[in-house]
Amino acid sequence: MPDLKRTALYELHQELGAKMVPFAGYEMPVQYPPGVMKEHLHTRRAAGLFDVSHMGQVIVRGADAAAQLETLVPASLAGLGESRQRYGLFTNDDGGILDDLMIANRGDHLFLVVNAACKDADIAHMRANLSCPVEVVDDRALLALQGPAAEAVLTDIVPGVSAMRFMDVIVTDSAFGEVWISRSGYTGEDGFEVSVADDQAVALARALLASDDVEPVGLGARDSLRLEAGLYLYGNDIDTGTSPVEAGLSWSIQKVRRTGGDRAGGFPGAERILSELDNGASRRRVGLLPEGRAPMRDGTPLFDSETADKPVGHVTSGAFGPTVERPVSMGYVPTAMAETGTRLFGEVRGKRMPVTVADLPFTPANFKR
Amino acid sequence: MKFTEEHEWLRADGDVFVVGITEYAAEQLGDVVFVELPEDGSDVKKDDEIVVIESVKVASDIKAPLDGTIVAVNEKLADAPALVNEDPLGEGWFFKMRIDDASAVEALMDEAAYKAMIS
Repeated sequence: MPDLKRTALYELHQELGAKMVPFAGYEMPVQYPPGVMKEHLHTRRAAGLFDVSHMGQVIVRGADAAAQLETLVPASLAGLGESRQRYGLFTNDDGGILDDLMIANRGDHLFLVVNAACKDADIAHMRANLSCPVEVVDDRALLALQGPAAEAVLTDIVPGVSAMRFMDVIVTDSAFGEVWISRSGYTGEDGFEVSVADDQAVALARALLASDDVEPVGLGARDSLRLEAGLYLYGNDIDTGTSPVEAGLSWSIQKVRRTGGDRAGGFPGAERILSELDNGASRRRVGLLPEGRAPMRDGTPLFDSETADKPVGHVTSGAFGPTVERPVSMGYVPTAMAETGTRLFGEVRGKRMPVTVADLPFTPANFKR
Repeated sequence: MKFTEEHEWLRADGDVFVVGITEYAAEQLGDVVFVELPEDGSDVKKDDEIVVIESVKVASDIKAPLDGTIVAVNEKLADAPALVNEDPLGEGWFFKMRIDDASAVEALMDEAAYKAMIS
C-alpha cells in the first residue's frame, strides 16, 4: 500500500495476523484472526489492546495556553484541574464541528489527542490562531487498553494506575520509559490510553498481551464498541455540518462558557451555539433501534411514515451490536421526533423498515468515576 | 460440487441444487449478522441479486447462479446467521433451486478450478 504511514506496531500487527487496511493515511489493523465479533466481546468481558498511534498527539505550551485554546474550543479549559482531562470540540464560524479532541492539563502545558484524519488541519488551525507554541509529538505511539480487566493488567506494569479516576492523567516512569497515561477511552468500558516512545511501544504491547486477559483488537471492533457506547465518530456523527447542540454535545460546553458565564462565548460560531444552548436546535442526534436483525448503516434515510415522500433525517452510524445482540444506529431527526420511543422508518434496499428512537448509550458505561 | 465466480457453491440434491457461499467468501465477509433470503417459489434469473448478507463490516449481494425457481430457503439463518461462518458448506446453505437448464451447471467451475481462481 503506497504512501501509507505505519505505526511503531506495524510489524507486531503482522505477526499477530492482522488484516491491514488504509485508514486516515495509515495502514491499520481492522481485525485480527478472531474477527470483529469476538474482539468486541472480549473487550467487554476482559480487555482489548488497541493501537491508536495514528491519532495526533499535540502539546500546547505557554502560561496562557488554556486561555488561548479557549478561543478555538468551547469547553472550559482555564477551569480544567491539573492532571485532569476533558472532552472538547474545535468549532468553526458557522457553529459546525471541525474535530473532537481530548485536552489534558499537565501543569505547565496542555496535552491534546486529536483524530487522525483531522490532525494536520487541527495543527494548522492552532498554529494560525494561537500565539503560543504548538508542538506535534511524532515520536510516540498511543496504545489503548480497554475493558474490565484493564486496571489489573496495567497495574502490574505501571503500579499506581489503580488510584486514577476516569479522566485523570499522569506522567510517570516505567520499565518502558516515560509513559503518559489517561484513564479514558472510546469503548464505554473502563480503561487507559498510554502514550509511549515509539522505540518502547512494541515491548509495552507485548508485555500487555502477555496477560491471558488481553487480546489485540482492531478498528472494526473499535467502531462497534464506540457505537454501542453512544460515542461519536468524527466524519460520521459530527462534522462541519452539525452543531454541538444538535449533536447532543452541550455537556462539553461548561456553564462558564455559556450565556451569563464569566467567560461566555469567545469561540468560533459562538453566536449560533450560544443561541442553540438557550433556545434548542431544530434537530437532534438520537439513538435508533431497528426492528429485526438487518443493520441500518450510515446514510440510511429516515421517514416519519411508510409512505412519506421526504425523509426527516438520516442515519450517521449503524451496525450490528455484538453485546446487545441486535442492530444499533445513531442519526439525526427533527427535535419533535427525538423523544425516546418515537417510531420512524429507515429505508434499506428500497424497503421501509421500522426503527425506534432510543436512549444512548445502548450499553451502560463502566467508567471508574 | 460446482462453484461460481461469485464464490457460490451448488450441490445436487435430487433434482434440485442447494446453494451457499464458500469458506473463502465467508472468511472475507467476516462475522455474518443478517441474511435476507429470496421468497420461496420465486422465479429468478442468472445474476439477479437475490440474497443480501450483512456482516459486521459490509452488506453484500449474492446473485442467482443460473435461471430457475427457488424451492426452499434456509429458515435457520433468520435466527442463526452465524451458521454462514461456522459451516458455510453445510448448515449455512442459503436456498435450494430448480434450475431451468440443469446442463448449465456442468459448465460451472469444479473445485480445482475454483481453488485456482482464489489462490
